[in-house]
Formats: sequence, C-alpha cells, structure tokens
Amino acid sequence: MTTTQTYTEETTSVTGLSVRVLRGGQGPSLVWLHHSTGSVGWLPVHEKLSENFTVIVPDLPGFGQSDRPVWARHPRDLALLMNRVIDKLDLGPVTLVGGGLGGWIAAEMATMNDTALSSLVLIGAAGVQPDEGEIMDLIMFDFEEYVKNGFSSDDAFTAIFGEEIESDLTTLWDFSREMTARITWKPWMFSRQLVPILAEMETPTLLIWGELDRVVPVNCGELYQKHLANARLDVVGGAGHLVELEQPDETAAKITEFASG
Amino acid sequence: MFIGYFTERPYQDPNSGYFGATGRGIEDLSLSNADYNPKLGADLYNRYLDEKVYAEEMGFDGLMLNEHHSTPFCMGGVMNVEASILARITKKAKIVLLGNVLPIWEDPLWLAEELAEIDMISRGRLVAGWVRGTGRESVAHNSQPPFNWDRFQEAHDFVVKAWTTPGPWRWEGEHYNFRYVNPWARPYQDPHPPIWIPGILSRNTVDWAAKHRYPYIMLATDLEPTKESFAYYAEKALEYGYEAGTQHNGYLFKVHVDETEELADEVGRKFVQGPSNPFLEGNQGSVQANLQNLPGMTSRTAVLPTVKSFGAAFARGRAADQAKIGGVSSEQADQDEQEAGDALGSYNSQKERYTIITGTPKTVIPKIKHVLETLRPGSIFFWDGDGAMTHEESMRSLKLMGEEVLPAVREIGKELDLNSPFEVDPATNLPILSPAD
Repeated sequence: MTTTQTYTEETTSVTGLSVRVLRGGQGPSLVWLHHSTGSVGWLPVHEKLSENFTVIVPDLPGFGQSDRPVWARHPRDLALLMNRVIDKLDLGPVTLVGGGLGGWIAAEMATMNDTALSSLVLIGAAGVQPDEGEIMDLIMFDFEEYVKNGFSSDDAFTAIFGEEIESDLTTLWDFSREMTARITWKPWMFSRQLVPILAEMETPTLLIWGELDRVVPVNCGELYQKHLANARLDVVGGAGHLVELEQPDETAAKITEFASG
Repeated sequence: MFIGYFTERPYQDPNSGYFGATGRGIEDLSLSNADYNPKLGADLYNRYLDEKVYAEEMGFDGLMLNEHHSTPFCMGGVMNVEASILARITKKAKIVLLGNVLPIWEDPLWLAEELAEIDMISRGRLVAGWVRGTGRESVAHNSQPPFNWDRFQEAHDFVVKAWTTPGPWRWEGEHYNFRYVNPWARPYQDPHPPIWIPGILSRNTVDWAAKHRYPYIMLATDLEPTKESFAYYAEKALEYGYEAGTQHNGYLFKVHVDETEELADEVGRKFVQGPSNPFLEGNQGSVQANLQNLPGMTSRTAVLPTVKSFGAAFARGRAADQAKIGGVSSEQADQDEQEAGDALGSYNSQKERYTIITGTPKTVIPKIKHVLETLRPGSIFFWDGDGAMTHEESMRSLKLMGEEVLPAVREIGKELDLNSPFEVDPATNLPILSPAD
C-alpha cells in the first residue's frame, strides 16, 4: 500500500486493561465492533464511513491487541467494558455498529446505555436464538473454512483474502476464536437474557442482513426487528454474513443514510 | 515391575463398513450412531470383560481401561461402569483407569463417589487416573476448551479433598460450586487410591504430575520422545526437591504374541486395521485437525517433542481437508490417501521402531527388554487385542504372555531394578513392604 494512512492508532484503558482503537475521519462518532474472528484492521467500509463520521474501531477486550479480561464469561461482560470505553473516549452521541458477535455485544451495550447512542446498526448480529435453523457453530469448523462460510460464495472469499491466506490472518482467526470460546459456549452465540429487554430500548436500529447469510440466519434479523421497539430490517441481496466486506460501499451508504436520517 | 493389560475396546462391526482395509474411511466425529448395533455392542462389552478376567488369570498385575467419547475406536465412554464390573468379577489385579476425562465432568462429586464405590467393591484395587481429554471429548460433552486445564486442576483438587477431608464442607471454586460436600462413600484405600496421570503431549501436565509426584504414563509414543518426556519429568522433580525414579515412569506399548512369527505378523497387522484410534499411525481413520486443536485447549508453547510423531497423522487429516476445498493438488491427495491406506508399510515401520512388538515369546522378550532398558519404566502395559483382532487372537496372545512372556519380563525388571509404584512409594521414594514382608 502506497496510499497515505487515513487513520491513527491509539490505546485507551478500562479496568486497567489496554484497549487498542483505530480512529479516522471527521464528523459525528461511529463506533464499529468487529466479528468473532477479530478485527482485520481499517477496512474499506471504515474508509468510506470516515467521509461522514469519526470512525472508531476498537479491538474488543480479549481480541487482537486488546488485553484479555480473564474474568469475562459472557458477551455482556464485554458490553459493560465497551460502554465504559465509549464514556471514557467522550465521543458524544454515538452511532454504534456491530457485526456477528460484535453485533450481539452492541445490542447488549444498547440495552444498558441507549441514551449514549444516536443509532444502532446490527449486521448479521448473533445474540438471539433463531426460530428456524441454528447459528453456525464455528467450533465444528476449521477456522479458515468458517470464515469462508461468512461469504456468499467461496469466490467472494477468495476475491478478498486470496488463494493463500497470510499466516498473520490465520493466527488472528485462531487467536480470536479462543476469546470467543471463553465468552459464549452454552448456549452457542445467543442469550435468553437479551430478548426480554430489547423492547425497552428505543434507539433507532438498522438491521442489515445478507440474504445469503450462512452463519446467522436472516430469521435472527426478523426476531430483532420483532422484539426491538424501533427497528428496520434491510436484507441485502447477493451478500453473505460479512456484508461489509462483500459490499463495503453499499453498507457504508446504508449506515450513513440511516444515521443521518 | 508392574505389568498391566490394555485394549481400547474398538467397536468392531464388519457390517458397518468401518472395518478393515477395505472398509470406509473413518473421519473422527463424522460418523452417525445410526449404524450402532446394541446387540453387537453387548457381545463386544462382554468379550472385553472376559478378556480382562483371563488377563488376570494369566498373571497380569493390572487391567487398564480408558475413556473416549462419540467414537467407534473406544467403547469406554463410561469406563467406570466397566471398572465397577471388574471390581466384582476379578480378585487380585489392580483396576487402572487411564483415565477419566476430568474437565468434562460437570459434577466431580459424582466422580468422587463412583470411584470410592469402585475402590470399596474391589477392596482397594483401584488406581485412579485422570486426563484432560482430546478435543473430541470436549466437543462430545460440550466442555469449554479454554478452561480445560483450569477445570482439570480444580476437579482434581476437589475430588482429592472429597476423598480425604471429612464433610460436610462447602466448595466455591471458579468452575465448580457445591454447597454440601459429604459423600456417603469413602475410598477403601487410605488416604485414597493411587493417582496416575497418562499423557502424550502436554508439558504442563508432565510438570503438574511431577509436582504432585504422580506416576506419568506415556501412551504408545515413540521411544525417543518418551525418553525426553521422562527426562523432563525428572528435571521438574529435581526442581520440586526430589529425585524421580522408575516408580514415576510408566509406558503403554503394543505387544502381540503368537504361536509362529507368521501368525504374529498376520494378526499384528490388525493393530492398524479396523476402527482403531485415528491418532495412531497407519490406521484407517483420520482426525479432524480443527477438532483436535480446539480454541484455547493447549497453549502453543506447551507441547512436548512427541508432537513430531503425530505430525503425519495430523498432516493426513489436513491434506484430506485441503483436497476437499481444492487446496492441494489431486496427485498429492492421492498420494496422501495411499499412504494413509498403507497399513502394512506403517506396521513394518512401527515394528522397526519398537512401538509395535509382535512375534513368538522367544522373539518378543528381547524386544521388550530393549524397551525396558531404553525407557526404564516401573510400570508397563501391553496393548493388545485391538483394531481388527478377534477374541480368539487376543486370548491366544494372553495365554502365551502369561505362560512365557510375563515371567521373563519380571526377571528383566528385577535385573534392571525397575520398581513399580507398589514397590517404591512415588510420594516418598520409600520402599513399600508387601504383606508377606
């Protein structure tokens, strides 16, 4: 890459744990929570969003370059920490975006702290038990194979990650799933304690789901819509679970339009 | 010298297709139990119990059982049931459990009670042994792999306390919580049954076993890495302030004895046929690498040199996976498949490396001597009757072992001064006086 880096890297802390944060762009704050596979870094969707927002991309506690809270046993524990991080960063009203496991954590954060949020965006979010089918179990897959399942097709995966996966990336995925396995296990990738409180949350919420999501069924998006007080479901044609990787510009446009509207 | 007998109790079903060189390949945790035939299961459980009784009759000191889950290569999912039956139908032999998979127990109090009952029914013949289990076990009983090691240690501490500290008391641990611990069953042996730790891979576990002065039993590993592991145990023992001896080292290895060399080879090849352990070199199955390497199960720096020996098996699993997703050329995949199916080549190679010993008593004894001289274990286990071996073949071998091999091996043990944990107490390094003394 020869282009100028458009974001900065900083470290903050919560309960004595260091949290790495990438920051870029200008405008109202947007915090982006990564999937269970960890943060790959500053993505094209972040770049696009940074035209309209100050985009904050943390490594969730225990993932990537952020210290592990050894006591954490549930995504709600990370939600508690991340709410403290948002308060500490003094970001003003925040558009909170999360994908997959990050989406679940974002939903948990919103139920505790919705006055801090101007809007919430959940992309293929885990956290609720589907009526039909199951949330895909990453434990039963080789982690490369699992990431592949995040795409609408193997070609879409190869288009982004190439034929040969860099070892840094596979190390990140391997490492990330350890933290994931520490905070969600029984039941896998959802909580029976989340749905009952969703109705209390009035933050405007956009639910973005790839129509071909093989990891978190679109049905989960429908359930979020049903249980949240103020939510809209946008099913994206042709995309898999990782909508923001397959269609970064479209995803950024949807978020920008929603958050500005 | 302590000599035990072991078989993994494979689910041998010629009709299922998971059998023999012509059968379907076995990929670990990919088989449906729709094919399980309980009538056949009944025959096999009874067969394996009968063989254990005969092994005792033939003079073995110990009858070893192990535990795996959701797999046809080992029928010992609930080995405590088998152990309970052996406690009643055998008279002298130790019942050696290597081992219960501690971290997958949600209720270790129940385990403490079961083992105490087995110890009482057998009138003090239980040897408890505990393992962390492979990924297969964590998946099968849905135990969180990142906490596997912590749970192992906490469950151990809890069970030992439940055996030794009069109740009632309360346990508020990190992974286990009990408001009333007061089991109405206490172990027959005082203060509790011996604890032996079997293993293959983990440096952590060797260190931990050395710290507790528990005998460490290497399971069918190559001689050189086994030696290295014993050396690591000894090194750790010195750090903990004592000198490790033969009483701290045990070794399980494959031995089949038969009437002629030809027959021994013919039957010995069956070690690597049928639904045998996919971990083991040359067999018909393949492991799923990702299931054996669950997130957080083993830290990357905590791996013993034996990992090298398993490289081939893991590579095979991965190559097959890669072939499926197009990551490996089809020629390479063909070659891998051919090697995986080449049980005979693998059998010969393992014979050369002493990890499989087959022959008549005359040829087998010097080979066992070589193993004993190389490793100096105070306890050994002969692993026989596995893979595709029949009951008749197992019994024939047991007979010859009893009549000719065991007496000779005991003499070698004396010559080499190989003391078992029943001769020299691993906790104190002091001689244990037998009732006759």
